[in-house]
Amino acid sequence: MKEQLQKDFENIIKNLSLSQKDIEIKKFCLDNFIYKGFPNRKEEDWKFSDLNQIIKKNIGELSFYSDYTSTNKVDTSVFVDGLEHNKIVFINGRIEKIDFDYEKKDQIEIIDQSETINKFNNHNSLSDLNNAFTNKSFKILVKKSYQLAKPLIIYHTTNSKIWSKNINLKLDFELNKDSSLRVIDLFNDTSEKNFLNIFYNFDLKENAVLKNYKVDKFENKNIKYSFNNIEQNKNSISETFILSSGSNFFKNEINCNLKGEYSSAFVNGICSLNNDKHHEIRTIINHLTENTKSYQLIKSVLEESSKAVYQGKIFVNSKAQKTDGYQLSKAILLNKDSEFNAKPELEIYADDVKCSHGSASGSLNEDSIFYLMSRGLSYHQSRELLINGFLLDVVEKITDPEIKNLIKNMIGIKE
Amino acid sequence: MDNREKEIENLKDYKYGFSTDIENIQAPKGLNEDVIKFISNIKKEPEWMLKFRLKAFERFKLLKEPNWQKPKYPKIDYQDLYYYSAPKSMKDKPKSLDELDPKLLETYKKLGIPLQEQARLNGIAVDAVFDSVSVATTFKDELTKKGIIFCPISEAIQKHPELVKKYLGTVIPTTDHFFATLNSAVFTDGSFVYIPEGVRCPMELSTYFRINASNTGQFERTLIIADKGSYVSYLEGCTAPMRDENQLHAANVELIALDDAEIKYSTVQNWYPGDKDGNGGIYNFVTKRGLCKGKNSKISWTQVETGSAITWKYPSCILKGDNSIGEFYSIAITNNHQKADTGTKMIHLGKNTKSKIISKGISAGNSDMTYRGLVDISSKAKNSNNYTQCDSLLMGNKCGAHTVPYIKNKNSESNIAHEATTSKISEEQLHYCQQRGLSSEEAVGLIVNGFCKEVLQQLPMEFAVEAQKLVGISLEGSVG
Repeated sequence: MKEQLQKDFENIIKNLSLSQKDIEIKKFCLDNFIYKGFPNRKEEDWKFSDLNQIIKKNIGELSFYSDYTSTNKVDTSVFVDGLEHNKIVFINGRIEKIDFDYEKKDQIEIIDQSETINKFNNHNSLSDLNNAFTNKSFKILVKKSYQLAKPLIIYHTTNSKIWSKNINLKLDFELNKDSSLRVIDLFNDTSEKNFLNIFYNFDLKENAVLKNYKVDKFENKNIKYSFNNIEQNKNSISETFILSSGSNFFKNEINCNLKGEYSSAFVNGICSLNNDKHHEIRTIINHLTENTKSYQLIKSVLEESSKAVYQGKIFVNSKAQKTDGYQLSKAILLNKDSEFNAKPELEIYADDVKCSHGSASGSLNEDSIFYLMSRGLSYHQSRELLINGFLLDVVEKITDPEIKNLIKNMIGIKE
Repeated sequence: MDNREKEIENLKDYKYGFSTDIENIQAPKGLNEDVIKFISNIKKEPEWMLKFRLKAFERFKLLKEPNWQKPKYPKIDYQDLYYYSAPKSMKDKPKSLDELDPKLLETYKKLGIPLQEQARLNGIAVDAVFDSVSVATTFKDELTKKGIIFCPISEAIQKHPELVKKYLGTVIPTTDHFFATLNSAVFTDGSFVYIPEGVRCPMELSTYFRINASNTGQFERTLIIADKGSYVSYLEGCTAPMRDENQLHAANVELIALDDAEIKYSTVQNWYPGDKDGNGGIYNFVTKRGLCKGKNSKISWTQVETGSAITWKYPSCILKGDNSIGEFYSIAITNNHQKADTGTKMIHLGKNTKSKIISKGISAGNSDMTYRGLVDISSKAKNSNNYTQCDSLLMGNKCGAHTVPYIKNKNSESNIAHEATTSKISEEQLHYCQQRGLSSEEAVGLIVNGFCKEVLQQLPMEFAVEAQKLVGISLEGSVG
């Protein structure tokens, strides 16, 4: 793999006009990645999902170079109907379109960030990989007191032109005082056997509100890793919703730093899996100052030989008195081959806190099925009704009514 | 000062901190094959036992000391320890208690464990382990009548080799982790219990561990076998003198429950925790593992952990037999600079197996406490259940409380439920108690005891009273 990495790296550098300093940083990151390799089960954070093995088994040899000189045609049929929205379109990892038509032009700034700065508070080798190979990254800056009229949908589209490729994406968002932004990440893949490595950084200033919805719904054979770093200042609110379902492997990581008083973070997630899919949601909520709040709800429904993992951590440092932290993960195992692993973790150094977590996994309640069947439903209908109800609980946590409906329609949950 | 206050005053410092001035025989310092042969030789062990030790030692040389645990400690120089230390008077084993060195008897009297049988009223059979050897076992005759074997493990190796050979190392193999393997190589003494088929042990069996000599590691090994349909309740207590240096205690405890058998294992661990600034104290790195081998068997661990500078242990149950039950009740209290990383592992292999974990952690002062647990339901363990509850209580903002549960469910017919909370004693509760005339310390004591009650209830009577007092003492000075 080492030779491949170096060769592809040289190719990428050649096509980019970078300063000497930048090349050095990228080179440094590459060396780091070569040294560490893909994360494996020996690392505590990857204990339940050995990415190295998964890539080996599903993809084999990866290539890290993509030719970004030619444009791809944007297929408008993937765009969401019935919801006016701003767009960023990635096709095979290349940004094809940035469109903020519905917004006031002077309130949003799109800054081309050619500089490579490792902002991510993430020590795994994937951030090194990302830094070394991202060809272009943008910073989206929402100005003071501006609230976007329409949500932003980021389309992550891949097509059959790519195969066994590693794609690295990076976006940086800054939400200034009193601003708000709704972001939907929509994954749409017709490609197979690629590894997508996505890093987002969100910087929320005072009173800013961020809502991020990640929707991985469509069946595909790709392997994905997504990392959200969210920095939160005073009174800011972040809401993250994850629907993890379509890809072969998907690990979503949310790292949230509650730095300002009265800031709060909400993370809700659904893993709805079949076949031999393997998904993981990992959250780290760092309560760093007084009076901060976090709430997490993760539910999984596992069919066939699928496997879901939830690793959640609430960290409270000694200054963060009056912290309120809550975490709940539930899983339904529908098949004898399905598997659910959880590691809900609390690390607490302050005494005046209210922190709790709960985790439950098990089968569908037979009594409930019996009840529904006695009311005339078939076994299949009862089962579906119960599962829908189980998942609806999480969808209902979405605070934006428009997007809630969109997501409900997408996963076909009827009320 | 009334009596109660006096009592508290006496207990404020570690009351078991004295050391006994007694002549010792020690193995040469260091860890090598010769030392292992020395230990084996002095214990007049048969050939197979020496082989067992040497095999473990070979393995040990390949292992690396783990360092994933939360409480970090300075590197231990394993060559700078004595692996065997025994009172000189024990060289020729006394035949009865009357021949026992009076200094030893006095030591145990000071600890509140009279070894003379006539002095005992509450009917608990005791095996006392002093440094590396077992010094006395009481109530032997009465137990023998029922066919129960309760003796030092070194004696069992000679007198009941067929049992020891059959079961030793079956739950904790010589190829296990670093400290367990070290123990397999150099273990010196410990208790051996065998309860024959269908016998309900008429009294509580108890071992009392005492580290006396300095610079000594204590490596004891306990093996308890409950044959079909039998029942035994076993207690373990530990203390050590106050010393500035850290001492290592790495014991192995193996429990085996056959069909329909039940083992109840209770520990009140009160090793010297070090002084207020965190100097000295015992490193308590113990491997405890129970195997529910037979159908309908049950193993229940209850522990009250108040001592030791660092406690690092996970009493576990392997639920192999169908319908077997594993239970774990724990109170862990850390104060000053103590650190604890403790919890349990419940490994469900058989059908219809059940496990229950109740863990209560209290941290005060500058201490740090971690609950780390594993619940693993394998794909064959149909219809299994686990319930876990771990609550932590924090006193002050210089201490930490952490919960790290690992939950693995590979069976769709099994259920796992896990709950954990962390909080502090509420102002309202304190206010209410103080309003009723209790001092703030008494109020905290009362609330903490209430918090621990679920676990304290599981302890045998005599221990429960002691444990309750211990809970109060351990938190002394942490309020205000």
